[in-house]
Amino acid sequence: MPHANALYGPLDPAPDAGYEDPPPRMGFFTDTSVCIGCKACEVACKEWNGVPESGLDLLGMSYDNTGALTANSWRHVAFVEQPRSAGWATPAFAGDPDGPAISPVTAAAGARTSTDTGTDPGLETGSPAAAARMSGGPEFLGMPGVQPPGRGSGAEGRTDFRWLMMSDVCKHCTHAACLDVCPTGSLFRTEFGTVVVQEDICNGCGYCISACPYGVIDQRKDDGRAWKCTLCYDRLGVGMTPACAQACPTESIQYGELDELRERAAARVAKLHERGVPEARLYGHDPNDGVGGDGAFFLLLDEPEVYGLPPDPIVTTRDLPAMWKRAGLAAMTMAVATAVAFLGRRR
Amino acid sequence: MGVRSWFEGWPVYRQLTGTDPLGRGAAAKSDGSRALTARTDTADSMARSVCPYCAVGCGQRVFVKDGQVSQIEGDPDSPISRGRLCPKGAASKSLVTSPLRQTTVRYRRPYGTEWEDLDLDTALNMIADRVLAARDETWEDVDAEGRPLNRTLGISSLGGATLDNEENYLIKKLFTAMGALQIENQARI
Amino acid sequence: MAEAHPVGFQWVMEAKRRGAKVFHVDPRFTRTSALADSYLAIRAGTDIALLGGVVRYILDNELDFREYVVAYTNAATIVTEEYADTEDMHGLFSGFNDDNATYDQASWRYEGHSQNQTTRDSETQRETAAGLENESHGAPVGGETERDETLQHPRCVYQILKRHFARYTPEMVERVCGIPQEKFLELAQAWTENSGRDRTGMLVYSVGWTQHSVGVQYIRTGAIIQLLLGNVGRPGGGVMALRGHASIQGSTDIPTLFNLLPGYLPMPHHANHPTLDAWVDSIAHPGQKGFWGNARTYGVNLLKAYWGDAATADNDYCYGYMPRMTGDHGTYQQVLDMIDGKIKGYFLLGQNPAVGSAHGRAQRLGMANLDWLVVRDLFMIESATFWQNAPEIETGEIAPERCRTEVFFLPAASHVEKEGTFTQTQRLLQWREKAVEPPGDARSELWFFYHLGRIIRERLAASTKPRDRALLDLAWDYPTHGPNVEPSAEAVLREINGYDVATGRPLASFTEMKDDGSTVGGCWIYTGVYADGVNQAARRKPGSEQSLVAPEWGWAWPANRRILYNRASADPDGNPWSERKRYVWWDADKSEWTGYDVPDFEKTKPPSYRPERDASGVAGIAGDDPFILQGDGKGWLYAPTGVLDGPMPTHYEPVESPVRNPLYRQQANPTRKVYTHPINTLNPSPPQEHSQVFPYVFTVSRLTEHHTAGGMSRTVSPLAELQPEMFVEVSPELAALRGLSHLGWAHLVTSRAAVEAKVLVTDRVTPLRVDGRIIHQVWLPYHFGYEGLVTGDSANDLFGITLDPNVLIQESKVGTCDVRPGRRPRGQDLVDLVVDYRRRSGNLVHRYPPMVTTDVADTSSDQEA
Repeated sequence: MPHANALYGPLDPAPDAGYEDPPPRMGFFTDTSVCIGCKACEVACKEWNGVPESGLDLLGMSYDNTGALTANSWRHVAFVEQPRSAGWATPAFAGDPDGPAISPVTAAAGARTSTDTGTDPGLETGSPAAAARMSGGPEFLGMPGVQPPGRGSGAEGRTDFRWLMMSDVCKHCTHAACLDVCPTGSLFRTEFGTVVVQEDICNGCGYCISACPYGVIDQRKDDGRAWKCTLCYDRLGVGMTPACAQACPTESIQYGELDELRERAAARVAKLHERGVPEARLYGHDPNDGVGGDGAFFLLLDEPEVYGLPPDPIVTTRDLPAMWKRAGLAAMTMAVATAVAFLGRRR
Repeated sequence: MGVRSWFEGWPVYRQLTGTDPLGRGAAAKSDGSRALTARTDTADSMARSVCPYCAVGCGQRVFVKDGQVSQIEGDPDSPISRGRLCPKGAASKSLVTSPLRQTTVRYRRPYGTEWEDLDLDTALNMIADRVLAARDETWEDVDAEGRPLNRTLGISSLGGATLDNEENYLIKKLFTAMGALQIENQARI
Repeated sequence: MAEAHPVGFQWVMEAKRRGAKVFHVDPRFTRTSALADSYLAIRAGTDIALLGGVVRYILDNELDFREYVVAYTNAATIVTEEYADTEDMHGLFSGFNDDNATYDQASWRYEGHSQNQTTRDSETQRETAAGLENESHGAPVGGETERDETLQHPRCVYQILKRHFARYTPEMVERVCGIPQEKFLELAQAWTENSGRDRTGMLVYSVGWTQHSVGVQYIRTGAIIQLLLGNVGRPGGGVMALRGHASIQGSTDIPTLFNLLPGYLPMPHHANHPTLDAWVDSIAHPGQKGFWGNARTYGVNLLKAYWGDAATADNDYCYGYMPRMTGDHGTYQQVLDMIDGKIKGYFLLGQNPAVGSAHGRAQRLGMANLDWLVVRDLFMIESATFWQNAPEIETGEIAPERCRTEVFFLPAASHVEKEGTFTQTQRLLQWREKAVEPPGDARSELWFFYHLGRIIRERLAASTKPRDRALLDLAWDYPTHGPNVEPSAEAVLREINGYDVATGRPLASFTEMKDDGSTVGGCWIYTGVYADGVNQAARRKPGSEQSLVAPEWGWAWPANRRILYNRASADPDGNPWSERKRYVWWDADKSEWTGYDVPDFEKTKPPSYRPERDASGVAGIAGDDPFILQGDGKGWLYAPTGVLDGPMPTHYEPVESPVRNPLYRQQANPTRKVYTHPINTLNPSPPQEHSQVFPYVFTVSRLTEHHTAGGMSRTVSPLAELQPEMFVEVSPELAALRGLSHLGWAHLVTSRAAVEAKVLVTDRVTPLRVDGRIIHQVWLPYHFGYEGLVTGDSANDLFGITLDPNVLIQESKVGTCDVRPGRRPRGQDLVDLVVDYRRRSGNLVHRYPPMVTTDVADTSSDQEA
């Protein structure tokens, strides 16, 4: 029998997917507070997995010229320039003769650019949202209109500044809608609890793409198939670390047993709070969230929206049982009605 | 493959009879996925190397399959880098296997407007001719006061700093014996 | 550091995790700043003012590590009364000679020393970049000094230093650098509070520091601070140079530099080094203390390595074969000589000066005026295709059908296709195993030069000309192997290491070298890398199975020492300064030095050892003198000789600066190396007129995603896509001022060139308040050129050529420019634009900034913007 939480709620996914005595669930903890935005993860991923090039345009979203997770970019480092305090640091521009911050304006300009990533939907104009959200405060001020930058005196000058960087990746959800809707069995749950597209099965139907609550999975234009992070399933099988985590110079990307990573992450948040970084929070770590917790979760220094992450993702197949129930009820009603009609006529 | 095993390999059969009634895991695993393994594990050989970019000196492991570099990644044994690489180091396989790499000699004759092909041995001999000619034309035995100079200022060299110590040693040794003084490298820049 | 050396930065993060405070000083906010505890935006080219401020802060508040300073530095040493300071001479030191813009260093000498012990005058030292010889040892100076260990004598170094830096107040730092005083004080406090007996602080610089007309003095200032705070020779201390290329350290140790031979021996000079004896004496300086007393041994071993059996005592080991310098033969002099038609042929070995060197146009025009050019590289780089694709094609300055340069492109083997050693930034040699054969015609440099030498020697075999003897007698028999007849890199490494001629036994240490021809050694500082016949550089005992020092991973010169001068990690009596900072110490029971590292001291010389009066060489070094390669055994706060632009660092403005030097009348380094050549036009700077034509400061550096001139990154798809276009970072304020829009185009103009770039308007760049004015700075990456997957104008085209006098490295980290919206003009219009700027700045007939400006009043006449 399927687990009561097979589609929603806390669950250990590998046993549920039929693995007897599976290895511990493995995942990523990405600690953005130590990310230096070097993009080694993006490159190491491409080198290992043979992921093709994803466009050669300057996007103007700070140092992000990748733009989004696509079929051709399975790791994506977001850069967020904000006129806000970095918590641990002395205000960067205190005492300098500068005007008000420009980052929301440049972010808005950057968000209007796009690049042909060779994928579908790829990187659309106006995406990702993250860059457009760089603003003076935690609340999103909307897309600021373009005004001549730099109008302002020292009196209203910027003092605080922080540059957030975050390496995004497929979340390997406990409840993975992409997998649930895949009609061919191409997407499957591995014994490590990760979610992988099997390229020898995928027929490019694209159902998974609209199902993903994070907009991660994507189609490659030239072959039509869906592609995303495999958490280096081939490496895991022989006890190796995924390529991105192996390369990461500052241990921003940590790979390991999910339970252990969650403990480590909680301790790190506590430490950062202690050190005067109250904004530190975890994202995707909670088994009770809308996707049953992520296999790849994050320590963020701002609201998830700022990094282009949905604040409250919910597995798009959450209501499948209810829908089946309703559909079943409707079908039964129909059947009964038909029967009644037949019986009635007979009578 | 017998009919029976063929049938048992059918995902629907596995789904209905196995532990994965929803067909989302074990039952959905394809032959490709079952056969999957890390290519570093099946490499013919592995060379211990060092990243060619900056001067941190990160350890690299270079995996080779069928005479081709199949993967380059950080060497966890290195006390300098502990297995990590930056984007450039991580791109080393793309560097050495790049389709843009020039692998044949190219020659542009004086006033030429196109590249031409040239045999490596021919090129080497032509270069030797030119070195000797330039050296003879510009040789200086002594200065105005008769002090030895033993040199040519007609030949210059500028080297990158991704050359090996052994290479620099031979370069300096040969040029010095040749009397070529104007030997420089990136360290001046 | 996070930008250009991300994997090294893991150790900064490690330190941060343990509570270290990280300060980052940079003209713009970078990925390093993002992780730092404090970021200081600085005006490019003013680091000495900032660091000088720290020196003053230390001395004024007596925060130096006094016991260390007195015992280990020359703070107590007394200087002759002839010495006069910049304080009294508007920014010049005593001894300045107007005729050739150099200092006579005699008046800087220590009290009681008859004269400085160099045989070369300062001009010759400048022309031959003699400062580079000091990479492994201090400049020659007599060992006996007069000292006042109370540091009260008015002419002791401590007091001189205090007076020299007295005007580097926090207010002055703010005025010069644009760094608010609070920020400066935060840095000074943290640095001093975290140094001393129990703690050490580390100074890390990237080699952008070297690319200034006062580059050596930048590093000297850092070294002075670290010596004052007791941060040298101790764990967690030091001045750490983050060099930028895999074996850039190796290429100075075993140099391909015009003025050096392996192991920092000088290339002979025609006037000063007529004989072997004159040559080695000029290095060893009879009577000098320290390990350089053995210079003759090192020199003879090199000559034996070069000329083998032909080198005998009777013929001075073939010393006569050596070519002689007569002056500056450096790469920039060469390029100007190429333009003037003096050079026939040019080898480029994995180097791309068309993009990577200052004044790209001069580089390309020089290459277009050769008989022949050999380019050896992995890719078709700009320096190979200048005759086809250079920007000068568009302006008509180069036309293929009129360009006579014959170009040979020979493909090179990559780092995985050959074996050999790289020396990384901490002097660590690491051997690379060969993974695969190189493709097609690709070959190693080892192959190319071995076979080029073989062919040339064959051609000359019958020659009777004396000039050919050096080639014919050359020891050039290296074993070869494989289908390509590749010479053995291990055999070359063994020769570098050195061996006993009679037995062939590899030497274990340079102390085994003899000066009688019975041993051979190609680079004395590398001796030991092949000890016991084992390739020590190939050692790869996992770091996890070793101590933190990891002595069994690779091999570091000298003698596998990982921290230089580590005798200083113990107090004068040989005990660790503190338990926390224990590293190397004297074991009284065993009567030897011991510790986690190889002690950088004679193993059994006790701390109590005192040399006889007049003892020289190693015997002259006392048991409490850690700086064993200095003539007086001391760390130099004050350099009595050898640093050509002064015994102490002084802030001079960059050669191109929008402001008058706020500290002294002397505007720029008075001893800088200048090239007067029609192509080398310089923007005017105060006190010259018209500097306002180029009102903005520009600086260039690297991006994480690219490497140097781009030959190894713009050609590599996963890197090219990460930073796909040339761009310029500007502040919102400058964008408003100049009408620049985010992602629009801008072009920058200097009196050399105009280059265009996409605009990134970013809060990471800030204007600065400097001496009452607002100064705008812009930043560009210097990686772009016209070949590869991603292309763009080259930032280095903007620079002129002015060099540091000590090492002849160009000032290519700071210049002035104008910034204009839109794309640059094309063709003749581009030439016209640059000429127009030159005309407006009064520089159509070449004018060079005056070397000395002490007769011009301090107040700037050039403040209108």
